[in-house]
Amino acid sequence: MSIEAPLPENAPEHWLRLALKNRSFLTGLLITALIAAMALISYVWTPYDVTDLIVADRMKTMSSEHLFGTDHFGRDIFSMIMVGARNSIAVAIVAVGVGMGIGVPLGCWAAARGGFVDEALMRFNDLIFAFPALLSAVMITAIFGPGAINAIIAIGIFNVPVFARVARAGALALWPREYVLAARAAGKGKALITLQHILPNIASMLLVQGTIQFALGILAEAGLSYLGLGAQPPMPSWGRMLFDAQTRMMVAPHLAIFPGLAIVITVLGLNLLGDGLRDVLDPRLRRER
Amino acid sequence: MTAFILKRLGIGLATLVLASIVVFAVMEILPGDPAQLMLGLNATDDALQALRNQMGLNDPVLWRYFSWAGGMLVGDFGNSYTYSSPVIELIGERAIVSLPLAVISLLLSTLIAIPVGMFAAARRGRMADTSVMGVTQLGVAIPNFWFALLLIYVFAVWLRLVPAGGFPGWSGGIWPGVRSLLLPAVALALPQAAILARVTRSAMLEVLGEDYIRTARAKGMPRRVVLWRHALRNALIPVLTIMGLQFAFLLAGTIIIENVFYLPGLGRLVFQAITQRDLIVVEGVVMLLVASVVIVNLAVDLTYALVDPRLRARA
Repeated sequence: MSIEAPLPENAPEHWLRLALKNRSFLTGLLITALIAAMALISYVWTPYDVTDLIVADRMKTMSSEHLFGTDHFGRDIFSMIMVGARNSIAVAIVAVGVGMGIGVPLGCWAAARGGFVDEALMRFNDLIFAFPALLSAVMITAIFGPGAINAIIAIGIFNVPVFARVARAGALALWPREYVLAARAAGKGKALITLQHILPNIASMLLVQGTIQFALGILAEAGLSYLGLGAQPPMPSWGRMLFDAQTRMMVAPHLAIFPGLAIVITVLGLNLLGDGLRDVLDPRLRRER
Repeated sequence: MTAFILKRLGIGLATLVLASIVVFAVMEILPGDPAQLMLGLNATDDALQALRNQMGLNDPVLWRYFSWAGGMLVGDFGNSYTYSSPVIELIGERAIVSLPLAVISLLLSTLIAIPVGMFAAARRGRMADTSVMGVTQLGVAIPNFWFALLLIYVFAVWLRLVPAGGFPGWSGGIWPGVRSLLLPAVALALPQAAILARVTRSAMLEVLGEDYIRTARAKGMPRRVVLWRHALRNALIPVLTIMGLQFAFLLAGTIIIENVFYLPGLGRLVFQAITQRDLIVVEGVVMLLVASVVIVNLAVDLTYALVDPRLRARA
């Protein structure tokens, strides 16, 4: 994409300047960085130990000692949200990695080979898309046993066709370009051209899609752990906290508020980041705005 | 046009056949013996063998695949191991909850999203557009089951307007049934509406830049008429695509919401069947959902041709 634009648009300083002016990119980056920092800090410090069960302190509301209150075991909710962030981020990031790691090579391969390989891949995509993603994820985790690893696999599988499709569409648009033709005329093989010329030029599309899938992964993980199929106790997870909150909402609504807000803020931050990245990295869309 | 329809039909059928092989194969390699599950751990080997024979579990794999797949073609989905009633009856009992829920949600989401998306597009770049888009950004980020919890707290616990969960059935009239589907439908619809409104807005923006829109405005046609008659019709294709996807999602994606509201729908049926290893029920429901995704996509493809005469001519 960027090849059409005059040279300065390609320069990193140009992108940086655009990024610093883009409000949704900045807000998204800030929120995402905060959540990530929270998850990282939880490895070395949390206000309270999340495995400490203090029954005397159960279901306390917000106070200066317990910022977000305590749950039905007397655990500090703020600490649980910090540790839960770790789990959400890890599952979603690895699921995106699985999708990219398998989907992008497949998509590039299909675009480079065309013909039967391409047709077969597209039909394979249709097949996976015909399975309701959430239901299949529930099936996979329920059958192979609940837990973070199976949640990653279940969410990751449905990321594969998404990335395959984006990579294929991007690569197909690049193959007829002059610089790709020139590389072929110079005797470079298709694999080398894909590595040197195609991948760097579709990287920005993949990055944007990756951010969106990351956000969807957080939502999917929350859904699975709400059903009891994600990370298992005593490891706190946002979805599980909401499940525990449901039956106690009459007496302690704060139990349901904060884990939900954590999910919303994280997903919102990632979506804003994705929108901002698209504006900054894709000059074609930028002009349309 | 006929060639177009035939090609889409062919792809749809191939997808269904492949899906049935995948579903059958996955269930086949699963650990767990249905006969053992039905009889319990203390069952004798003879009893197990007899039951396996009776259930056809000892037949060759290919034979079992074809009798299962062939049975589905004539509406025989087999018998549930745990409910000991035909799977098709179970599906029927549950579909009368899930189907109305999906339809109400889609209606709600469309009724909200299309006017909102058009409104934002018509006021592109102004305060109204920015704030509407901000709200949709929030709507996309809200997990529907959390939104459901908040709705239960406000409308069922606090205001006591609707039940917090459960389903009374349709025998007591339409209203009690619809009443208990209202909260779940709203919880499902709002996040969907947020996505649909964004799609509508961007599709409208693309169309509003076209020459024929300027011509229509230049010849003095009122803004409203241009928006609803000329622009919306041309912006409908991406909107319909997303609506098709959303309906398919709603049919299957209600699994979490049905658990939140204790609704006896298809989602809960599969969820319970999975945990009880009632594989024949799982296979049946999954195939039915895959088939409905394929049919909805086919219908969307055909509607394109109806909405857009250019596609009709080309095909």
